[in-house]
Amino acid sequence: MWRYLGRKFTIYVLTFFLAVTIDWVIPRFMPGNPVQTMLSRAALRAEAVEVMRGYYLKAFGLDVPIWQQYLNFWKAVFRGDLGISVYLFPKPVMKVIAEAIPYTLAILVPAILLSWLAGNKFGAFAARRKWLDSTLLPLGYFLTATPYMWLGILLAWGFGVALGWFPIAGGYSFAMTPHFSWKFVLDLLWHWFLPFASLFLVMFGGWAIGMRNMIIYELEADYAQYLESLGAPRRLIRNYAFHNALLPQITGLALQMGTIAAGAVVTETVFSYPGIGSLIVQAIQNQDYFLIQGCFLFIIIGVLLANFLVDIAYLIVDPRTRRGMLGET
Amino acid sequence: MELLAVENLRVYYQTLRGDVKAVDGVTFSMSPGEIMGLAGESGCGKSTLGRSLVLLKPPMKYVGGKVLLKGTPLPIWDKKTMASFRFSEVSLIPQYALSALNPTRKVKKLLTDILWSKGIKFSQIFPELRRRMELVELPLEVLNMYPFELSGGMKQRMVMVLSTLLNPSLLIADEVTSALDVSTQKAVARMLVEFRDRKFVGAIIVITHDISLLYQIADSIFVMYAGKLMERGSTEDLIQRPKHPYTQLLVASLPRIGARYAQEKLQGIPGCPPSLLEPPQGCRFRTRCPRTWEKCLEEPPLVTTKDGDLTWQVACWLAVDKHA
Ligand SMILES: Nc1ncnc2c1ncn2[C@@H]1O[C@H](COP(=O)(O)OP(=O)(O)O)[C@@H](O)[C@H]1O
Ligand code: SF4
Ligand SMILES: [Mg+2]
Repeated sequence: MWRYLGRKFTIYVLTFFLAVTIDWVIPRFMPGNPVQTMLSRAALRAEAVEVMRGYYLKAFGLDVPIWQQYLNFWKAVFRGDLGISVYLFPKPVMKVIAEAIPYTLAILVPAILLSWLAGNKFGAFAARRKWLDSTLLPLGYFLTATPYMWLGILLAWGFGVALGWFPIAGGYSFAMTPHFSWKFVLDLLWHWFLPFASLFLVMFGGWAIGMRNMIIYELEADYAQYLESLGAPRRLIRNYAFHNALLPQITGLALQMGTIAAGAVVTETVFSYPGIGSLIVQAIQNQDYFLIQGCFLFIIIGVLLANFLVDIAYLIVDPRTRRGMLGET
Repeated sequence: MELLAVENLRVYYQTLRGDVKAVDGVTFSMSPGEIMGLAGESGCGKSTLGRSLVLLKPPMKYVGGKVLLKGTPLPIWDKKTMASFRFSEVSLIPQYALSALNPTRKVKKLLTDILWSKGIKFSQIFPELRRRMELVELPLEVLNMYPFELSGGMKQRMVMVLSTLLNPSLLIADEVTSALDVSTQKAVARMLVEFRDRKFVGAIIVITHDISLLYQIADSIFVMYAGKLMERGSTEDLIQRPKHPYTQLLVASLPRIGARYAQEKLQGIPGCPPSLLEPPQGCRFRTRCPRTWEKCLEEPPLVTTKDGDLTWQVACWLAVDKHA
């Protein structure tokens, strides 16, 4: 078991290193020059431009050789200093992200956990009811096949525009200032609901379908047939099948983490929800190196962390990995 | 009294292309304590016959026939009612015994759960379980292991102990030795006899490709071909003096006792078995029988001769004419 964890940990460290490097490289190879953009926005006289350029290059650490920039980047990452935002100058990137993260977590974490739990329960439940199965199957396939953006727009249009039940933009009403009161919390929840629901629904469909198919597969497995030939009640066989079908669903959760993160970015954009996703889009539009890097860094950390948690969960439920004999059966 | 009487049993598979007549009118009986070998080429319906006595479920379809266990009808067509007979009256060691245990439950937990569903506490049966595990040389630690931690032979023996734990009247052992190496095969075969001798089971149907295995442990042999009984007799008679042309070819194609004809692709019998979707009229062996004649276009009757305790059944026109 410890060997297994050790191996996993090494993989995580390597992935982190690689991902962060790519994260550093990509904005630098993007077309355009952010400093130039800022300067042209300021519309200064020629000599003032040169002074400002020198100032900005120094302020952003772009005046040293590229390898130095790379090393500095790593040093800064470990210091937790992600530089200054170009677009929201002079706010530190860390601060910008810290303000956005709670919103992202607030829709992502419940959507992932609840859709996984509810989807699996529902899929297992549907697998044993013909009528449900025949309605769930097309609906589930429809939901999983729906791009996050599409469902988001559909919900925003239906419940926001047409019915007017929910707001379609922002994390809270523009008229309010953040403070702690029931009124404000309700307002937050009200804005939270649609982005959460659209993430939840797409994932729910996927888990329900996956579980339904796995259960049917497990019920055909040899151990289920043997139990049945020993006269075991349906309930016992289903319990076993459900438990065993959950294992690949847990792995699936880990595999889906990246897609889910991408889905969150799109969903936040559709609803102008002030999380990391919206931030990324703005950062890209404004060619804000540091903010882009910072956002991706957090996504990388989030995905890796989530994967790690899933690995631990798998270890707890699957005796084969726990006994360190994976792949030997 | 007979322990098991099967009369004209028909079990088909429902498929999109029609019914596969895997067991098509089979009649035989077994005495208490008998070990009957069920032999025949792959695909002739042996497993179907065995399984239908325990768990008959779609795509299998009960078409007709009667089964009496210790004189009382066994409702094999009724999946629900049969549940109370399974394990305690009729039990199965499946062909896939090596994957028959739930991989994510410890053996003890698995046993506890199954026994619980029969209203039996694990602790209640533990002393007997321990005796039997000792008998088959399974260490008690096995109970605290997961199935994937056991060797093939250990899994096979664990399934044997589990399937027979409630002393069923009838045990069906489907290809119990085919997945094992030779020395384990011998041990498992001996255990079957031991279980019978100790009356853990009332009678055993041993389904196998391996006629030499039957020669060692079976009291009688039932030769099946294309869903039908060809010949049934005591092991000694059937192997030394087979009457049915199919049995004769089977026995002759054994180069020596101890060889497994399944692996040698039945060199002695040219041709292959007929389709069970549209089996030929008359004798089903007719397409390959070296002694076929026009009479064989009609279905041969089952000729039964009693020789003391033993009955000898042959389904061949040649046997009819000798009596006529
Ligand atoms: N699930 C199934 N559906 C349709 N046909 C089947 C099924 N299982 C077995 N059969 C057919 O029934 C026949 C008998 O199979 P089986 O009893 O497994 O033979 P054996 O055990 O003697 O090798 C074979 O011809 C096989 O093709
Ligand atoms: S009945 Fe005819 S075809 Fe069938 S085994 Fe006897 S001789 Fe051969
Ligand atoms: Mg078989």
